[in-house]
Amino acid sequence: MTTEALPVVAVRRRTFGRLMAGQTGPVLVVVTAIIVLWYAGAIWLNTPWQIDLFERGGVEWSNADLVRATLAQDRPLLPAPHQIVAEMRKTIIDTPITSKRSLVFHSWVTLSSSVLGFAIGAVLGILLAVGIVHVRSLDKSLMPWVISSQTVPILAVAPMVIVVLAAIGVRGLVPKAIISTYLCFFPVTIGMVKGLRSPDPLQMDLMRTYNANRWQTFWKLRWPSSMPFLFTSLKVAVAISLVGAIVGELPTGASAGLGARLLAGSYYGQTIQIWSALITAAILAALLVTLVAAIERVTLRRMGMGV
Amino acid sequence: MTAVPVPPVSLATPAPAPESRRRVVDTRGLSLTFQTADGPVYALSDVDIAIEQGEFVSFIGPSGCGKTTLLRVIADLEQPTGGDIQVNGVSPREARLGRAYGYVFQAAGLYPWRTIERNVALPLEIMGVPATERRERVRQHLDLVGLGGFEKKFPWQLSGGMQQRASIARALCFDPELLLMDEPFGALDEIVRDHLNEQLLRLWDKTGKTVVFVTHSIPEAVFLSTKIVVMSPRPGKIIDVIPTDFDRDRTLDIRETPGFLEVAHRVRQGLRAGHSYDD
Ligand SMILES: Nc1ncnc2c1ncn2[C@@H]1O[C@H](COP(=O)(O)OP(=O)(O)OP(=O)(O)O)[C@@H](O)[C@H]1O
Ligand SMILES: [Mg+2]
Repeated sequence: MTTEALPVVAVRRRTFGRLMAGQTGPVLVVVTAIIVLWYAGAIWLNTPWQIDLFERGGVEWSNADLVRATLAQDRPLLPAPHQIVAEMRKTIIDTPITSKRSLVFHSWVTLSSSVLGFAIGAVLGILLAVGIVHVRSLDKSLMPWVISSQTVPILAVAPMVIVVLAAIGVRGLVPKAIISTYLCFFPVTIGMVKGLRSPDPLQMDLMRTYNANRWQTFWKLRWPSSMPFLFTSLKVAVAISLVGAIVGELPTGASAGLGARLLAGSYYGQTIQIWSALITAAILAALLVTLVAAIERVTLRRMGMGV
Repeated sequence: MTAVPVPPVSLATPAPAPESRRRVVDTRGLSLTFQTADGPVYALSDVDIAIEQGEFVSFIGPSGCGKTTLLRVIADLEQPTGGDIQVNGVSPREARLGRAYGYVFQAAGLYPWRTIERNVALPLEIMGVPATERRERVRQHLDLVGLGGFEKKFPWQLSGGMQQRASIARALCFDPELLLMDEPFGALDEIVRDHLNEQLLRLWDKTGKTVVFVTHSIPEAVFLSTKIVVMSPRPGKIIDVIPTDFDRDRTLDIRETPGFLEVAHRVRQGLRAGHSYDD
């Protein structure tokens, strides 16, 4: 009997082991745990209001009724995952993307300004780093400003930027992109300063023996050495560029964008709408980071530094 | 010590007349002290050497005695704290700006993002050699160090010894007059080392380059050199300068000859004497 049962166990264990060895297994476990906790949290948080409702309506209710009702409220304190999925399906797939109710439309508005801001921020960050690495006085004079720029809360800066720019007639994409840029350039500068300084003394000495000029040392040594650092900071930057764009949509009560959806949702207590916008933003950020990671993989592999 | 052992007179290329020889490296009272957190480190002390054009000079001495430091001073990678040094009759800095030398470092120091052929081509790119000539020279020098067929490989795909050979090809490919080589064959096995020793000797014989060579191996030093400089433990001082006079087209067989063994013996004695300074 045991001899028959053993192979089955062995096979099962092997499948399980293989699943857990890859990425799929652990990810599935974590996602399942999150969903379970989320449902528990939704029931727990929505219960008091639901009991209130039941009692005011004088309804007879069982525990099963309560659970079912907490997961189907119109404006729950914490919407259940399936409610968010349903809302996202409605606003992403079932609504034409030209409609103001389409999350695709709002995502596009946010995405375009965050990508613009990211691009400007990345270029600005790299330029600052190049300056800081090459000009000693810039290292001393610029670096403190770069760091202190990030100690100012973005929530305080954003309205000023939006309002000031609106006053001189700049509206729409650009002001939001500027806020993204403001957040983005920082990790790029810090990462690239480190990356451009990463060549070891031997590699630098070699350039010296060839009497290479600064330009050659930059392109043939500093720049390629800094690639791993660049991509690490770009991944951080692209994620916060989205945060910047969303924050930029909050202060003026912009009519479009994920930030606008968040704001509108909170005015009207539309928690499901808020959460849908949040989840969409998270997915967008994940996609952006994945995209940068893919470019990183291809680039580093072509440079023989693939992992 | 008495007279320098003179091996059988050869019919090799007669040495150029003394007045036509240029001083490639000339130092007088050269000293270098590193200031470190734990106090001064005396790396070189009162070094006088003269290396003439076409010479092959080996430096041999215990680890940490300042051999690398001396090469780095010649290459203008380190500034002496005392004494004088001239390279090609000018300051090391001017010599470096004139790309007077090729330097083979103790470690290969290849750029990991460049393939072997692009690593070797690096100095040529920097010196503005046109692409077609670059390709030709890279191919030629990779063949010379026995790396033909590895052009497209990245450094991490090669063994340490192969990487070191690539770095030698990189130093040779722009055809510098002066070669500074810091234990270039230290990481190689005997067979490859012997082979490259012969290759290097041929190259030196053929091209008349000046070679400043650092090694830990007595047979290597004796086989390759026209002059062996024995250094003491730190601070690096010169204990003995041993001229040799072997046939220019000698082969490794020479290592069995009495003349060779005699020079090797003198080098070993010099090294021993150096060590007793310590006690
Ligand atoms: N940049 C530096 N700062 C401080 N001390 C140094 C520096 N470079 C070398 N030294 C010291 O100078 C001494 C000579 O070093 P060097 O590298 O020239 O020795 P070496 O003869 O080449 O030794 P090895 O045969 O092991 O390569 C050593 O004691 C070393 O610790
Ligand atoms: Mg050394």
